[in-house]
Amino acid sequence: MKRFLLLSLCVLLNVTSLVSTTVNAEVIHSERSLYRNIIVEDKGDLRCLKFNEKRNETHQSCMLKSDPEKLVFNYTKLLLASLLLTDNPERILIIGLGGGTMSNTLHQLYPQAYIDNVEIDPAVIKVARSYFSFFENERIKAFDKDGRIFVKRANLKKHKYDLIILDAYNGDYIPEHLLTAEFLQESKALLTDDGVLAANTFSVSKLYAHESATYQSVFGYFYNVKNQLNSNRIILAQKNYQLTAEKIAQRVEKLAKPLAKFDVNINELSDSMQSTRNYQDWPNNSKVLTDQFSPANLLNID
Amino acid sequence: MLNKTTNSTPWQNPFIYCLAFTSGFIIMAIELLGGRILAPYFGSSIHIWGSIITVFMLSLSFGYLLGGKLSTGSASLAKYGSIFIIAGITVLPIALSAEWLMEAIFIAVEDTRYGSLLAAMVLFFIPTIILGMLSPYSVRLLVTDKNKSGQVAGMLYFVSTLGSALGTIITSFYLVMWFEVNSIIIFLSLLLIALGSFAVLLNKPAKAQVPNLEKASS
Repeated sequence: MKRFLLLSLCVLLNVTSLVSTTVNAEVIHSERSLYRNIIVEDKGDLRCLKFNEKRNETHQSCMLKSDPEKLVFNYTKLLLASLLLTDNPERILIIGLGGGTMSNTLHQLYPQAYIDNVEIDPAVIKVARSYFSFFENERIKAFDKDGRIFVKRANLKKHKYDLIILDAYNGDYIPEHLLTAEFLQESKALLTDDGVLAANTFSVSKLYAHESATYQSVFGYFYNVKNQLNSNRIILAQKNYQLTAEKIAQRVEKLAKPLAKFDVNINELSDSMQSTRNYQDWPNNSKVLTDQFSPANLLNID
Repeated sequence: MLNKTTNSTPWQNPFIYCLAFTSGFIIMAIELLGGRILAPYFGSSIHIWGSIITVFMLSLSFGYLLGGKLSTGSASLAKYGSIFIIAGITVLPIALSAEWLMEAIFIAVEDTRYGSLLAAMVLFFIPTIILGMLSPYSVRLLVTDKNKSGQVAGMLYFVSTLGSALGTIITSFYLVMWFEVNSIIIFLSLLLIALGSFAVLLNKPAKAQVPNLEKASS
């Protein structure tokens, strides 16, 4: 009887999903991890990783099942602007794995690069492996660690990275110890001389000014990359800020073709890069966030 | 009748309740800031809170035991006040020495669970024991009538736990947005020392008054 009920339920579900194929999203995996609800959703060809059921905008990572290489999200594309500030990164650190899209993309661009992915939630790593073809080998690794602690330990071991991608904040919650001057100082210490840190952050709320002031206090001038369509902004900070218009132009030329494959228009990206040296869009007296003063989540309530 | 007049003055009981409220407030404010203090070295995973809450519960339990024991002798407002002063002094290192202590533990212990447990122990164990001593000692000072001991204890738990609730919400909603963590800790420490000194000072004239009165009457 039970089996029959189950069977009929399955049939019923199948029928409804057939009726509403492209319109309705289908949850193919959901679990409650130590840190959050994780939902994997298929919507036609689009597969998305979500960290919260209630709000639809909190897509963490998406991919096209028919074309996994193509980058769906604006901010993942924006993050690639970091490649305009450094040549052939050999060692890459990614804090915040999501679906592993960034790691996969960078691996395809730089097959020789070592990539360390740090993700606090082991369940996210598993989901990235099983549903988002997150690729690992002897060069590409995922560590289930807190980003701050990984960075501190890497400094003790005197490791260096050419590119650090900080993608640990989502719209709902900011790990506050990853948004302080001390943390940025520790991350900066991990960079090689030509190294770049790219952070996926916010362009709304009161936090914007504090965050900008914090980056400026550690790195000096930095670049903002924004897109009108999206509320994300990317901060690109170099260990040594250099005005390298010519260099950037060279890299645009070099990267245009390989990046086109991922549906990234690097010309557009380089145009939307704006140095804080030329344009500072936050008040000078904004308070810097530190380990002592880091109410990032309270400031993010607008 | 005689007992009542020599043991306490009309302001003494409200004052003790007020102190109990403040100590409840401070315990939870420190516990909450503990998460903030440990995060840069041990992260913000669930086990950080596990470490902190374990250490606070453990030290409070010892504090209750010790405070009860201490109150069996000749209890006085002066001794009660000095517990506050000592608590205030032991809270200070949380602000002043946390950095190098945590750095040393971070280097020595790789596992963040035991690292955070050790750090929470080193930073919070002693001050929380001393803060925990205050509750049973308050009961000792407040109870004059055996029949009302339960009522007094109930009132005291009410007041100090209400203080804890407010300490938690005010710290997490507002104080961290207005002040630096260390400033809050130092302020709480000074508050404990000030209240303790006040209690010690208030105790003396009360005692001095008794012989004075006796002299005057005789």
